[in-house]
Amino acid sequence: MSSGRGALSVLSAVLLVTALAVVWSRHTTRSLFIELQSLRRERDALDTEWQQLKIEQSAWATHGRVEQTARSVLKMVVPRPEEVRLIQE
Amino acid sequence: MSGPGMIKPGMTLFKPMKSAARLASRTEERSAADQFRSRLRVVLGTMLVLCICLIVRAVDLQLLDDGFLEQQGDARYTRIAKLSANRGGVYDRNGETLAASVPVDTVWANPREVLRSSEQIPRLAAALHRDRRWLTQLLTSNLDRDFLYLVRHMSPSDAAQVAALQVPGVYLMREYQRFYPAGEVTGHLLGFTKKYEDVGQEGLELAYDGWLGAQRGLKRVIQDRLGRTVEDVESIRAAEPGNDLIASIDLRVQYLAYRELKAAVQEHHAKAGSLVVLDIETGEVLAMVNQPTYNPNDREQVAPSRYRNRAVTDIFEPGSSIKPFVAAAALASGRYHPDTIIDTSPGMIQVGLKPITDRHNLGRVSLTTVIAKSSNVGMSKMALTLAPEAMWNSLHSFGFGAVSGSGFPGESAGLLSDYAHWRKVEQASVSYGYFLSVTPLQLAHAYATLGAGGIARPVTLRRAEQPVPGEQVIDPAVARELLAMMESVVSQDGTGNRAALAGYRVAGKTGTAQKFTGNGYGTDGARKYVATFGGVVPASRPRLAAIVVIDEPGGQAYYGGDVAAPVFANVMAGALRLMGVPPDALDRIPEATLVRVSHEP
Repeated sequence: MSSGRGALSVLSAVLLVTALAVVWSRHTTRSLFIELQSLRRERDALDTEWQQLKIEQSAWATHGRVEQTARSVLKMVVPRPEEVRLIQE
Repeated sequence: MSGPGMIKPGMTLFKPMKSAARLASRTEERSAADQFRSRLRVVLGTMLVLCICLIVRAVDLQLLDDGFLEQQGDARYTRIAKLSANRGGVYDRNGETLAASVPVDTVWANPREVLRSSEQIPRLAAALHRDRRWLTQLLTSNLDRDFLYLVRHMSPSDAAQVAALQVPGVYLMREYQRFYPAGEVTGHLLGFTKKYEDVGQEGLELAYDGWLGAQRGLKRVIQDRLGRTVEDVESIRAAEPGNDLIASIDLRVQYLAYRELKAAVQEHHAKAGSLVVLDIETGEVLAMVNQPTYNPNDREQVAPSRYRNRAVTDIFEPGSSIKPFVAAAALASGRYHPDTIIDTSPGMIQVGLKPITDRHNLGRVSLTTVIAKSSNVGMSKMALTLAPEAMWNSLHSFGFGAVSGSGFPGESAGLLSDYAHWRKVEQASVSYGYFLSVTPLQLAHAYATLGAGGIARPVTLRRAEQPVPGEQVIDPAVARELLAMMESVVSQDGTGNRAALAGYRVAGKTGTAQKFTGNGYGTDGARKYVATFGGVVPASRPRLAAIVVIDEPGGQAYYGGDVAAPVFANVMAGALRLMGVPPDALDRIPEATLVRVSHEP
């Protein structure tokens, strides 16, 4: 009879511990999930910015615009054939 | 239901009767008690039956059909959320962005919720950059709906201002919009995706839709009363972003081709034009442009007919630019070599009912001169001595009459009719580029095959990561002889002298074809032409092949040598420099521009 009572109290203690563990893990999951969501938001925001910057960069670096700037603002010209020197080894 | 019948015979329930009066009252009592008992049984029986029904139902719900209630419970607070994923980007061979998916925000609303706080509407309309009355009208006419798009694809910064107003019932949704930084320059090549959808509709976007396309993910989440996600329950399907595509295009060459073709089409008042540049060593398409073009970022105002990539979909009779491939059959037959004399006088020959003429009477000239001066008479005379089958085989082995295998949507195979149907007049016509039709890409591919010493490599629009094996379709010696003949086209006396480059040897061929319209090839005043120039550079060890097609030049000049050859020269000069190909014609460069250095020991 006493061995049965001992087993019962051990099992009750185990039950209490596991119940607390469930609560604890549940809480951890929730808080980690909230953190994950905020990190995802941050990643998305950075992603968005990165894409925007890439697009902006490629818009500034359009060949047409570069050529336009080179010719009209910087007054650059393609060298004439007689101005070119070919180096032969 | 009551009555003596319910009492079983022989049962002694009451004491024997003593008198008539007692008998009467006893009979009453007895029947009342009987009634009570029988009613009790009925009630108990009914309750038992109902109890069993409940138990059966409970067992049914809890054990046999347990999913239903759980589902109903979950449905009160779980939702399936979509996870958007990015479509793959398209990059040129050097990693320049050609197409990218940019995150944008779509603003949607629940009309009833918004109208409950209608004093916010003017501010909301301002943040959406829309008219206030338009917004009110839109909301009031959609009261029966829970989901209503207000503005699709807003820039994230504008959408953030909308979100900052915190109007109840207005929500943001993340979507992706396709953007093409090079705009018009790569319009036909890349195509575009369907509006508001990540599905390829034209061009490379369509051809590689399966590769580029992303798969939306689905997950089950628990939401609270306000629709905020509280917990992820399970992932139903992971979101899979699309793969990046590295195209074979070199954006620098592409831009150069675009600029030069556009200038030529404008200068000569042409109806249209196409230009294709191929890498001879790999079969990669380095540039592919058409005029008129469109901007894939803003295609609202453009007729869909402009979306066509003429370089692969449109066929035309190539005229003289086909001649090298007919000459290939003659050289391969062994009966002709570049110095074989052909008598072209008097510059005219009658084949069947058809007179074939040259621009000038050239007299007795070598096969090389026939090519260099583009004599139709010489070609016809030579072709008529060849077996039709051999001629057809030569053209077919260069890829005419078959799709190039680029995989581009709507690619045409051109027209090359079976030699069994050729009479003399058709055979002669084919020899100078009529009675067969080709696409600009096919011509470029055929020139690339010549440039590669007779090795046909499949055309590809993706960057080749390894050397591409090809198929030897003509004898390398024949290819060398043809290149030498095509160099004479670009010599001082040839028809294509305006394709010459400083420092590089060029092998090419001009073409000026009359266009076949509904009523024949037109009379003298109303003829329409297609001017072409195809060639390879540098001729000593060809790296690049290109074809320029100018459709219906409307000015005074319409010959391929005058209209198309200069475009070829300008594009090739730039492309050779960009790709760092060393000059192979140093002897033709003025001595003063050459600097010789010797290594110190």
